[in-house]
Amino acid sequence: MRDRVIFGGQLLFTALVAAFLIVPAILSMLAGITVNYFRGIGSGLTLQWVVAVWDLYAETIARSLLIAIATLAATLVVGVPAAYALNVRGGRFARTVEEVITLPLAIPGLAIALALLLTYNGFGDFRRSWLFILTGHVVFTLPFMVRAVMAVLSGIDVKTLDESAASLGAGPWRRFRDVIVPNARPGILAGALAVVTLSLGEFNLTWMLHTPLTKTLPVGLADSYASMRLEVASAYTLVFFLMIIPLLVAMQLLADRRGTLERS
Amino acid sequence: MSFFAKPVPTFAGHARGLSHRSFLRLCLLPLAVVAAAFFLLPMVKLVIVGASGETGLSAYAAIVTQPRYRATLINTVLLAAATTAASLAIATIAGLFLQRHRFPGRAVLVAMLTFPLAFPGVVVGFMIILLAGRQGLVGELTSRLIGEKLVFAYSIQGLFLGYLYFSIPRVILTIMAAIEKLDPALEEAARALGAGPWAVHRDVILPALVPAFVASGAIAFATAMGAFGTAFTLATNIDVLPMVIYTEFTLSANIAMAAALSVGLGLVAWAMLALSRSLTGGTIAAAG
Repeated sequence: MRDRVIFGGQLLFTALVAAFLIVPAILSMLAGITVNYFRGIGSGLTLQWVVAVWDLYAETIARSLLIAIATLAATLVVGVPAAYALNVRGGRFARTVEEVITLPLAIPGLAIALALLLTYNGFGDFRRSWLFILTGHVVFTLPFMVRAVMAVLSGIDVKTLDESAASLGAGPWRRFRDVIVPNARPGILAGALAVVTLSLGEFNLTWMLHTPLTKTLPVGLADSYASMRLEVASAYTLVFFLMIIPLLVAMQLLADRRGTLERS
Repeated sequence: MSFFAKPVPTFAGHARGLSHRSFLRLCLLPLAVVAAAFFLLPMVKLVIVGASGETGLSAYAAIVTQPRYRATLINTVLLAAATTAASLAIATIAGLFLQRHRFPGRAVLVAMLTFPLAFPGVVVGFMIILLAGRQGLVGELTSRLIGEKLVFAYSIQGLFLGYLYFSIPRVILTIMAAIEKLDPALEEAARALGAGPWAVHRDVILPALVPAFVASGAIAFATAMGAFGTAFTLATNIDVLPMVIYTEFTLSANIAMAAALSVGLGLVAWAMLALSRSLTGGTIAAAG
């Protein structure tokens, strides 16, 4: 009896916490497709707000996708070879480099954005283009790619693979391309999902780095929360959810598969 | 067949003029360029600009000597500490429950608790507005129940709730992973020795979770210190450090002060994480 009361109490507590997190998200999704949120769902369902969002903010959605893909490309080119080199070199050097590139996770985005602004304010064309936002996103997401790839590489015998490929006559570039990269694929995939998800939702840096002509989705969201009616803001948030949910599901599936592999 | 068709292996890389060592250096080159140009150099610039105002280097002291900044710093630290403590408590209770019981709907609960992981701070702010804002659920319910509309999204309580919303999913993941790794034999031994459930929790389970508390608590604290999106969306006159930096920079154009405060904020956040790592580093490795 006592156990059942304790179980019930804990279940209720956990359910309340879950409700705190999920109820507003559901409210927002509903508000985005309700004719009049103030009058409630009884006022009918509509897609007019989603259409309004498309008319007002389609450009920010496209730009966010562009920046996310460019960020992914940059972190792949910069991060994957670096993770390999750090894995091979090892020791204090690798630890120090990893420490330095992980700093952007500890330092608030606002500070990094301010630092970028102060450094590149004089470079007008660069400062005004979306490439400026890209640099912020790359600095912020790079540690996720490097660490995800390093985690996978540390679990396999890179040295032996490398040496056997070398003994068969493969040069360093071919070994990297044909041996290391295929073996690091789970890490690259996990890193890529994290990079794209983070880039799509990045606000702290982007708010400081953007110009009226380089607004991204989260910047547009902040804009709509401040100045649009609740239904439009909600519909916009709904679009954002629809973009990141597949990424979250993919991440979960990847983690599950890895878990199963590790256990078996 | 194909093996023999290949040219006889020579001393691999050397033959092509690129040694293994120089290839590794080449692999690190893009990283060095990106980190130097877009992180290290800007950070140095930030520190220099911070000391370039009318007050020079003493701008860095202003964060503790000037009453306004000091009050903001205290506010921010207290808010971050409260967020951390509440998230740890909530995540421990829910995490222990979810890891110790298997029941229908458990997976759904776990999914609900971790779903907001990818929400940016601005979206979290909007969630709080929907919950406790002018058209919010709490206001709606309270006006029906007690005839008074309760609205607190735009106050410090709303900000606290937002930070809590942000950090619960992160903390709960770390703590659940740590609970999974606990050795059940220790608990059984304690029970066999006559310890009640309360004593088992106090003397066996919670001490074993301390490294996870320190690690996830430090991340929650550092994130709450620097969180900008949520405060920005809830935008009232809540004085937290990131908002003050933002207004110094944009409204007052007091760029040197904004830079000095950013450096201070960065140092506090980084120190917190470095401290937690040096405290738990060995222990976590040993437990893993």
